[in-house]
Amino acid sequence: MKRKLYELAHARAGDKGNTTILSLIAYRAEDFPLLRERVTPEAVKRHFAGIIKGEVKRHELPHLGALQFVGEDALGGGVTTSLGVDAHGKSLSSALLEMEIETD
Amino acid sequence: MADTVRIGCGAGFQGDRLEPALVLAEHGKLDYLMLECLGERTVALAQLRKLHEPNHGYDSLLDRRMTGLLPLIKRNGVRVVTNMGAANPLAGAAAIVALAKTLGLKVRVAALTGDDVLDLLEPSQKVLETGESLSSVGSLFSANAYLGVEAMLPALESGADIILTGRVADPSLALAPLAHRFGWALDDQDRFARGTVVGHLLECAGQLTGGYFADPGKKDVAGMANLGFPFADVDADGNAQLSKVAGTGGTINRMTATEQLLYEVTDPFAYLTPDITADFSAVEIAETAPDTISVTGARGKPRPATLKVSVGYHAGYIGEGEISYGGENCVARAQLGGEIVAERLRGQFQELRVDILGLSSLHTRPMSGGDFSPYEVRLRVAGRSADREMAARIGEEVEALYTNGPAGGGGARKSTQEQIGIVSCLIARETVKPQVTVFET
Repeated sequence: MKRKLYELAHARAGDKGNTTILSLIAYRAEDFPLLRERVTPEAVKRHFAGIIKGEVKRHELPHLGALQFVGEDALGGGVTTSLGVDAHGKSLSSALLEMEIETD
Repeated sequence: MADTVRIGCGAGFQGDRLEPALVLAEHGKLDYLMLECLGERTVALAQLRKLHEPNHGYDSLLDRRMTGLLPLIKRNGVRVVTNMGAANPLAGAAAIVALAKTLGLKVRVAALTGDDVLDLLEPSQKVLETGESLSSVGSLFSANAYLGVEAMLPALESGADIILTGRVADPSLALAPLAHRFGWALDDQDRFARGTVVGHLLECAGQLTGGYFADPGKKDVAGMANLGFPFADVDADGNAQLSKVAGTGGTINRMTATEQLLYEVTDPFAYLTPDITADFSAVEIAETAPDTISVTGARGKPRPATLKVSVGYHAGYIGEGEISYGGENCVARAQLGGEIVAERLRGQFQELRVDILGLSSLHTRPMSGGDFSPYEVRLRVAGRSADREMAARIGEEVEALYTNGPAGGGGARKSTQEQIGIVSCLIARETVKPQVTVFET
């Protein structure tokens, strides 16, 4: 069965220059292993095609039930000079939660 | 807890609400009140203001915030630690003293300077973000180094009611009073890491108590209109309990704290500040009472050898125009409007961005896939130019769609704004010379 991350996790977006930082946090500790297995950096890079243009790095924080994604070249050249509506990429947390994963 | 220090955070960005700091100062039983009001662009904009008005360049809300706060902090013995000095802590401190006199209050303000390092930078220095040299970025007008606890301690030792800084690392606004009060050595790495976690959790104020969090039906937060800001009770080892004033709105729990702990952290195993390299990976957040959490377990490694510098440069002007379309076929009409404007401005802008608000402006497309058909949308066109009048042409062309564009275009708006770009570089610690100046009524 496919499920939206929105059902399983909450998220927050932050920014540094032209880099977006996306935290994905499992509501329930028991869902964390599934998130770790399915929400790979490659899957996130695919989901954000055309938005995150550079590398996607992932930090695993099992202790916090969280995955931290760092996406390079993601904010239209940088927060201060982007021509975009959401220069900080604050809304990208919601974009991440739109991603679907197979939950068997 | 035995001997603890209580620090509240009464502002998380320059334009933040004024009331929560007043509630904290009046009812929070605080030892220290931190006010974090200085973003990267904010300090650059303040430098621009100082260029035109040498007696200004401190936070534009300083007067309003302090008018309410001064009587409360004096009555309740709360010391304020804030970066509202922005580009001109000396002028800001003088302004606070003048304000205190009109209110009939005695106040001592310690101003921290030395973060302005524009004259110390070399054009050949590398930009952290791009690797190119500073000289290739454009016309630089400000450079502020992130100072930390070491620079702030003399200001705390002066006994001042208010410690007014320019650019310091945000978490240092909490860590400095802790290091001062508990006598932590600069190389006490684990305690510095724990104090940094406290500062990092507090620094965005309402983002710890349900702001930037609430999602109706999924992550409900009660009383958002009266969102209370957080405080931390920190012990001599840096272990903390975080809560908020009873009766205020919002919530503080494991979820809000985990989101904020990781907020804007590019490496949770090595979070860099002027004070410490902090490892957040073993942090424990536990709910200990309603709206109360305990935070323990951060670990520290030596602080970075260099200081980060935030550099402001002139990035030209951004011109924008918007107009709305509704009903059947509205997306096609908005797209036609965008094509018309792009054709009329062809060749005149390096990049012209055309967005359809309501459909694709935030994420380039609906991320859930499939067909998505909004009832109304708003066309937005934006571009940058070195010339203000040229940038203004974008809004003019969008407005002209009223009578020269698709059917039913309404609510056109246009704007032109100066753009301030920010890049970063590093500077050797020993070249930066912090200084504390005390002002009194």
